[in-house]
Amino acid sequence: MFVPGNNPGMMADAHIYGPDSIMLDLEDSVTMAEKDAARLLVHNALKTIDYGKTEMVVRINPLNTPYGKKDVEAVVKAGVDVIRMPKTETAEEVRELEAEILKVEQEIGRVGETKIMAAIESALGIVNAYAIATASPRMMGIALGAEDYSANLKTNRTPGGAELLLAREQIVVAARAAGICCFDTVYSNLDDMETFRKEVELIKTLGFDGKSIINPRQIEVVNSVFTPTEKEITKARAVVAAIKEAQAKGSGVIAVNGKMVDRPVVLRAERTIALAVAAGVISEEEAL
Amino acid sequence: MRNSKLVTLEEAIKRSGLQNGMTISFHHHFRGGDKVVNMVVDKLAEMGFKDLKLAASSLSDVHAPLIDHIKNGVITGISTSGLRGALADAISHGLLKEPVVFRSHGGRGSAIANGELKIDVAFLGASSADELGNACGYSRSENAKSICGSLGYALPDARYAKHVVVITDDLVEYPNMPMSISAADVESVVVVDSVGDSSKIAAGAIRDSKNPRDILLAKQAAKVIINSGLFVDGFSIQTGTGGASLAAVKYIREEMINRGIKASFALGGITAHMVKLHEEGLIGKLIDVQSFDKVAAESIKNDPSHQEVSAVEYASGQHLGSATHALDIVILSALEVDTDFNVNVLVGSDGIIRGAIGGHQDTAADSALSIIVCPLLRGRIPCVVPHVTTLITPGKSVDVVVTEYGIAVNPARPEIAEKLKAAGLNIVDIKQLAAKASSIIGTPDPLPFGDKVVGIVMNRDGSVLDKIHNIVE
Amino acid sequence: MKEAVAGTLESGDIMVTIGPGEGLQVDLQSSVAAQFGRQIKAVITETLEGLGIKDAHVEAVDKGALDCTIRARVTAAAVRATGKDVWKD
Repeated sequence: MFVPGNNPGMMADAHIYGPDSIMLDLEDSVTMAEKDAARLLVHNALKTIDYGKTEMVVRINPLNTPYGKKDVEAVVKAGVDVIRMPKTETAEEVRELEAEILKVEQEIGRVGETKIMAAIESALGIVNAYAIATASPRMMGIALGAEDYSANLKTNRTPGGAELLLAREQIVVAARAAGICCFDTVYSNLDDMETFRKEVELIKTLGFDGKSIINPRQIEVVNSVFTPTEKEITKARAVVAAIKEAQAKGSGVIAVNGKMVDRPVVLRAERTIALAVAAGVISEEEAL
Repeated sequence: MRNSKLVTLEEAIKRSGLQNGMTISFHHHFRGGDKVVNMVVDKLAEMGFKDLKLAASSLSDVHAPLIDHIKNGVITGISTSGLRGALADAISHGLLKEPVVFRSHGGRGSAIANGELKIDVAFLGASSADELGNACGYSRSENAKSICGSLGYALPDARYAKHVVVITDDLVEYPNMPMSISAADVESVVVVDSVGDSSKIAAGAIRDSKNPRDILLAKQAAKVIINSGLFVDGFSIQTGTGGASLAAVKYIREEMINRGIKASFALGGITAHMVKLHEEGLIGKLIDVQSFDKVAAESIKNDPSHQEVSAVEYASGQHLGSATHALDIVILSALEVDTDFNVNVLVGSDGIIRGAIGGHQDTAADSALSIIVCPLLRGRIPCVVPHVTTLITPGKSVDVVVTEYGIAVNPARPEIAEKLKAAGLNIVDIKQLAAKASSIIGTPDPLPFGDKVVGIVMNRDGSVLDKIHNIVE
Repeated sequence: MKEAVAGTLESGDIMVTIGPGEGLQVDLQSSVAAQFGRQIKAVITETLEGLGIKDAHVEAVDKGALDCTIRARVTAAAVRATGKDVWKD
């Protein structure tokens, strides 16, 4: 969930709504005149506030602005989990950021602890998606920034998202090929929960791991779309049980409910169970 | 008409035999739109009265003009359920010599009925009255100027006061029946331009809250109710008007429809939300001591299943037939809750009076399950604290506290805690909540209270529960 | 040192104006002055002392800010007033 880095009221308790990850923003939601103050707010918030198990991310300004390097210093020193780099276009940019991060980590003796997430917001970034995704062992995920991307394509955003077709697929493909996560872009109309839900369902089908949101009211929709249903969980557990049984007996091909169960089916079932555990619907013991 | 009781306000006052030192009373059914208190007390001041005791069912921001009347010695004593705004601030700083006596709605009803609170002259605003004094909180005529719905807090006054003056802005033809206040209890009828601004009785209470914190608290409160073991066909419920309470009704309604459960009655404090559920067939009867908005007020006028009750019939602790004794579930708010589950709804954490007891003590005590919904913090003000600033509702009446950082269950209700835990709710020790609050905002310094007692908080049975001291600045 | 401001009057924030002065003088306006006035002033002076500032006049309008927010705003105002940043370049 995006939270503007110049709003101390929001930053104080954004975690009570249960987002998986909070993204404090120093970039586009903060005016130039307030970049210095927001950086201090975010640094102090990260250091002091108990965000519990929420993953803490900060979107810094690009390194080629007067703010980027100071942002890195401020958030690494405050122990941020992930740095989100905006408008990533090349693998080289990722390596530059990595070097900055390492510098600060060495200073404070916490080498290797800060991860990177790259937001891809332009045509060039999409073209280089795989290179970006594999540019650093710290890269934990890539995300789509649709607003800037569609402007870069010289078109505009539409409810159906036709202009984002390639970008979305490219990000999922690059992320999977690189073995990292992929996240979809924000949806800003808070009054149209129905279209929002349809968009979340679409990107889940495309293979995305999650979605960026801008308000706690959107959390429930994303969770309910991504949380497997009881029926799906039961089916998945049947598949996993059948495979275990088959492995024990040493047999090859097996069938569950008359359908052949081969590797893709098993992988899908395992992912369903993992999602169910992550959503808290079943416990880890029940998953075994 | 023959035997008409119609007089001017001045004549009504003269006829009443009111003298210095006597007690006058008012209801607060027009809430922020009330005009009766200020109009009557202005007139009494003009006529030279002094040392009067004002027994209101409650007072709010709009009654700030009483400050001058107190300074001039017209009013020297007040009893009420609550105080707000400039008047409350002035009293907290020692404006009144005598402490204000605070009672719950049920407590005031009991005190009037058993003679503890003797009213000499009651001035009761009504939206319609005939010349003999039959009065209602709505009007059936075309000239209706105001509406407030239930006159529940006026009824004990009408019945027990020595002299009753009905003040209306719509004089209608006799007989104004069915009536709330009976002509048999009324001595004088006064017609004025306006008794109250009905648009102000519900200041934005009807809109669904979009505040994410309210929604979060509401969902949690609804889950507590649904998994409490009391959520069965025929259950009964009362809610407040805060954003979280109203939103909770929405989520409870969804589950009622899912499970095919209907409520036998809703009590209160009736809002448009409750009327909607009733009209949908999800709530059998509405028992109404105060109509919080125009929709509720119109409903009580037109719907025989929507019943007006007096404060005594609503919540008297001394009358076992009062409706709170039949109530299953109540959702309440709080300014502060402490680690013994005691609740404060009257005095702010800065020591200034800024709320009202309302039906808090009554519903918490008599209901089967009382649920307090409040945020852990309001800005830098902690709502879960080691000790409440002022004790209003004793902890033994409070069963569950819902905050956005977790839900605490009174140790006296282990069966509730078990059910809620089994339903996957985040049940925590209330001491953990207090500790969490202070870990975020620090520990407040003690408040600069003085030696003067400015308020006395009465228990439902007429004993003193707590005292409020003045704030020194 | 010149005069500088940081912060807003939004709920949860504190607006800090810092300027030249003798010693550390803090004028505080807050809705929680009775309960937390002393602590808020302490955080303000500690933060300034930590930045090596011993002489300044501070006016603060508090809207229920937590200590971490107070520290951030005081630091921002001090940096803007003295031109000395707390981060390297």
